[in-house]
Amino acid sequence: MAVAARKAGRAGAGAANKTTSTKGSTRGAALNSPQFDKNQDLTAYNDMLLIRRFEEKSGQMYGMGLIGGFCHLYIGQEAVVVGMQMATKEGDQVITGYRDHGHMLACGMDAKGVMAELTGRRGGLSKGKGGSMHMFSKEKHFYGGHGIVGAQVSLGTGIAFANHYRENGNVCLTYFGDGAANQGQVYESFNMAQLWKLPVVYVIENNRYAMGTAVSRASAQTDFSKRGVSFGIPGEQVDGMDIRAVYAAGQRAIEHARSGKGPYILEMQTYRYRGHSMSDPAKYRTKDEVTRMREEHDPIEQVRRRLLESWKLSEDELKAIDSRVREIVNEAAEFATHDPEPDPSELYTDILL
Amino acid sequence: MAIDILMPALSPTMEQGKLAKWLKKEGDQVKPGDVLAEIETDKATMEVEAIDEGVLAKILVSDGTDNVAVNTPIAILAGEGEDVSAAASSAKAPAAPAPEAQPAPTPDMEREGMADRPSADSIPGTDAKPVAEPASPYVIQNRTAHDAMAEIPEGTEMVSMTVREALRDAMAEEMRKDDSVFVMGEEVAEYQGAYKVTQGLLQEFGAKRVIDTPITEHGFAGVGVGAAFTGLRPIVEFMTFNFAMQAIDQIINSAAKTLYMSGGQLGAPIVFRGPNGAAARVGAQHSHDYAAWYSNVPGLKVVAPYTASDAKGLLKSAIRDPNPIVFLENEILYGQSFPVPKLDDFTVPIGKARIHRQGKDVTIVSFSIGMTYALKAAQELEKEGIDAEVIDLRTIRPMDTDTIVASVMKTGRCVTVEEGFPQSGVGAEIVTRIMENAFDYLDAPVIRVTGKDVPMPYAANLEKLALPNVAEVVQAAKAVCYR
Repeated sequence: MAVAARKAGRAGAGAANKTTSTKGSTRGAALNSPQFDKNQDLTAYNDMLLIRRFEEKSGQMYGMGLIGGFCHLYIGQEAVVVGMQMATKEGDQVITGYRDHGHMLACGMDAKGVMAELTGRRGGLSKGKGGSMHMFSKEKHFYGGHGIVGAQVSLGTGIAFANHYRENGNVCLTYFGDGAANQGQVYESFNMAQLWKLPVVYVIENNRYAMGTAVSRASAQTDFSKRGVSFGIPGEQVDGMDIRAVYAAGQRAIEHARSGKGPYILEMQTYRYRGHSMSDPAKYRTKDEVTRMREEHDPIEQVRRRLLESWKLSEDELKAIDSRVREIVNEAAEFATHDPEPDPSELYTDILL
Repeated sequence: MAIDILMPALSPTMEQGKLAKWLKKEGDQVKPGDVLAEIETDKATMEVEAIDEGVLAKILVSDGTDNVAVNTPIAILAGEGEDVSAAASSAKAPAAPAPEAQPAPTPDMEREGMADRPSADSIPGTDAKPVAEPASPYVIQNRTAHDAMAEIPEGTEMVSMTVREALRDAMAEEMRKDDSVFVMGEEVAEYQGAYKVTQGLLQEFGAKRVIDTPITEHGFAGVGVGAAFTGLRPIVEFMTFNFAMQAIDQIINSAAKTLYMSGGQLGAPIVFRGPNGAAARVGAQHSHDYAAWYSNVPGLKVVAPYTASDAKGLLKSAIRDPNPIVFLENEILYGQSFPVPKLDDFTVPIGKARIHRQGKDVTIVSFSIGMTYALKAAQELEKEGIDAEVIDLRTIRPMDTDTIVASVMKTGRCVTVEEGFPQSGVGAEIVTRIMENAFDYLDAPVIRVTGKDVPMPYAANLEKLALPNVAEVVQAAKAVCYR
């Protein structure tokens, strides 16, 4: 691809993306991204592509009026959740805010169930009662899906508290954005997590805009890896567009938490290509900025290039992966379009146990 | 001029305490700031300091005396140059408490919980009598189907217990039964509870299960809900529900709604508990009654017990319940004693009101401390020939409409009593349900007796005006009876 070729010559020259910068971090990350083997790159490619195609389809279906209300797309940020998920072990939990479709797919939740929830159908993961922001899976250890900015940080700390209480060796990955990072309960949670040495990794997905407000306009300290300094929580800035960097940082952070040393903060420097929500024309940034990020830092293109150049996969082999992913997404869309709405009797169920 | 040294109050709600120890003896010279004695209540310990200079002429209440009423003279201080023995003998006869001489009353179903909020004009003075501990066991007899103690088997031995002790026992019993139950909150562990409700739990269950939190209501409420999502059963104590305003997002948006939003997959078996509503002289930010607020929210159960027996049985049920429960206690009631059944595992079902007093002329519906007004009013009304039925809601949500409606169908008249504000209050909800279900049975419009529609004032007289009182309930009951 032409884009990929250009990118090769300008790697790391992105506007504000510090790549694997260790600047300001309390613990240095490796300057050079660790290498992936072929299988890791294949997994990364497949899982990120699934999220990308799923989200593109969601955008289309929203435009067709099949999805109502909220729909916050994860396009551009795929490397963060996929890379972190590759660093977990069975039993580790995930909780996030409302830009959550990617997290659910990365946790292995069924694409049909996610899409049918977006369309508000009975086959949705929450039986059509939750919508885009609210899906859960105990089986996949995914705890939502929360609509109140920052609330998931206390909740995730509570899940880690439960791990600590049960001594089960699990770690809770608690995701939130640069916007949520300014909420008070985040720091209440940091304090308790460090005080009690809870096994939690705080993954701050800094996509540079809290809705329409650029980080520099909302945050006195824009280095989010330092947000735990006053509690003694170590943090790192990570190139969230490079899945290898994400994975390596994730391994360090998770190991730290799992070994009883307490919480760890990862600031993932990432970027969302789409608006905040479907109704956002994204007037607060230039088209140029978005184009530059897409062309020079796209997380999927990076892996695709490695698959072609380092692992010598053919275009046809990649196309085969692409078409398998499209098939999953199309099946999900088909199901979500034709699955019936919930039975009216569902109105009064699931309020209390 | 000899000076009486009075028994001090540790808090606005303290009525009595123990004179634990004298640190000065008769004849000792005393300077301002000297520690004279140590006093204790079930909540705290405090040193009594001298305010004036002089000689401790006479100790009126000896070491180790229990139940010394606030403002009782405990010693006499002779002024400079004053004859110590004259000062001691000229002092008026002290109201020396002698608890052992007081008859120990048998707990009485009709009279239980008659203690009142200490108000400006009822603070015990020279005529104050120490309150004796009720002692002898009481056994339930002649129980009828609608008896106040319907949940308790006939022949059950009753023991007298404060609401505070009942709540503590409920938590301890459930923690013994189930390892997934734990308590967290401010001062719940080492301090033994800001109101001593968690007294002894740390000693029995250890720091892993009795957890002191930083002062971060929003954060620790969220931590509790997150833990509950995984199946643990947290009891989150708020020092008062006023502070839970910081945490109300987690209570409502996370705890109450997630089960529904997840299509039934993820519930939060959690109890949020603590004192709710007005204590005494604590001002507007420490006296709000949130019963109506939480009762507005589907996905929550809201419990507000009055008696110690209900406090115990309902808290045990709440801890076992798979749903998020808001458990509203009352600071004034903590120290009040009621008969509690001596049973290994006594629970009270959530969602069932109880008829506390049977009557035929008018139904008075209340809950929590509102019951004190309701029951006293019923006694007053009896003298005037009006036979009031008093219903204790016990659970605000789900509300036991059936019990209210059945009673109103019998009496045709109803008065509601609560300390909360009138607009969109619990009384307003009761009125609506009566309208919807028993309109044709009403012989008069229902009247609400509520806290006044003002932030709670501090001044003693204004506070008294802001709260409901027995006279208002009597007047309302007479009005609906056209008397």
